[in-house]
Amino acid sequence: MSNFKELPSQTSGPYVHIGCKPSMAGLASKQSKYELTSKTAGNINEVVSLSLTLIDGAGDIVRDALVEFWHSNKEFSAWYRTACDLLTGGITIDIAKPTASEDSAAYYHVWIAARGINLALNTRIYLPGEDHTKDPLLQLAGNRAETLIANKTNNGYQHTIVLQGDNETVFLDI
Amino acid sequence: MSEQPFKPRDENWHPPALYNHYRSTQFRSPNHKLLQINPTRIELTSPVFDHSDIQPLDHDLIHNYATQQAAALGPRIIVHGKLMDEDGRAIPNTLIEIWQANAGGRYRHKNDSYLAPLDENFGGCGRCLSKADGSYRFYTIMPGAYPWPNGPNSWRPAHIHFSIFGQGFTQRLITQMYFEGDPLIDICPIVQSIPNPKAIDKLIARLDLSQAVSMDMLAYRFDLVLRGRDANYFENS
Repeated sequence: MSNFKELPSQTSGPYVHIGCKPSMAGLASKQSKYELTSKTAGNINEVVSLSLTLIDGAGDIVRDALVEFWHSNKEFSAWYRTACDLLTGGITIDIAKPTASEDSAAYYHVWIAARGINLALNTRIYLPGEDHTKDPLLQLAGNRAETLIANKTNNGYQHTIVLQGDNETVFLDI
Repeated sequence: MSEQPFKPRDENWHPPALYNHYRSTQFRSPNHKLLQINPTRIELTSPVFDHSDIQPLDHDLIHNYATQQAAALGPRIIVHGKLMDEDGRAIPNTLIEIWQANAGGRYRHKNDSYLAPLDENFGGCGRCLSKADGSYRFYTIMPGAYPWPNGPNSWRPAHIHFSIFGQGFTQRLITQMYFEGDPLIDICPIVQSIPNPKAIDKLIARLDLSQAVSMDMLAYRFDLVLRGRDANYFENS
């Protein structure tokens, strides 16, 4: 038996960009050129555009979060890192289109770190217009399942993540 | 073995989502309990970073932002340790990223207006890959304490932010490292949001003279531990 225990989490704080997204820290940064924005492997056939907004419990748009997306299947794996626009809060990103597996409908794992978030939040984004009837999480979520499914737009997808309150997004312990 | 689920997180070990003394948690903590669900292969795998993702001076914050021949101001320190899981197994070749304020407590970020000056030779950003035995090493300067608008006279203890990837995505962890002997640790709401003093103790780096470089740099030891595999998990449960 081991003595070791996972380190306790702490908030990323509002300056997470310095370490993880220097181009957005707003000051001239020599590290910007080499910042990590994506890591993909395998064969990606289709890329789609996703617009994302995060809302807090006061109804305000979150403007200082770091968001990562991760999907892995038999054909490819894709990781993306982005942060909310410091002025508007918006995120727009091109992502490899996820595919369903035997265990689930097509989804991206989404990870959110920010000021005021003590333990980074885990959630999923599913795409609309696919078979969701056998997905274990969407079944478990019941009438909250729709908080996990993006909307189709003219040129891609749009989704809102609500951290707290009405239409609060489902977050996972996984 | 490689896609075995991880042990459930201990909710009494991590800080709760809502902790009123840390005011920003008020509107950013979900009201609903987290939904528990079995992981799929997605949660049990992780992006793989390698040396093509790292620049030669990424681990050296004393020099990686400085003009040639110059160095960042402040007490020069090595921060080092081992990255492992809860079973004591080294986690090799995985990405560790850090960021911090300069020696005066000022962050190189447009949203930090603290009156302590910027250091033109310090950016505060570093990263490295853990080695085959899980060890990691950064060169940096001791960050200053930092005032923040939580209460009327609130100061963060000196700290370095850590972002860590594991072998599975849900091992991913963000935390902060503190320095032993700092009197601000006991009165910081962000630190004290952690319910168990034993857990707080895990975040405090210890002076390590064995790794100090004479006439050059002190050293602090800080081991990183991520979630371990769940020995009790049965495939069809």
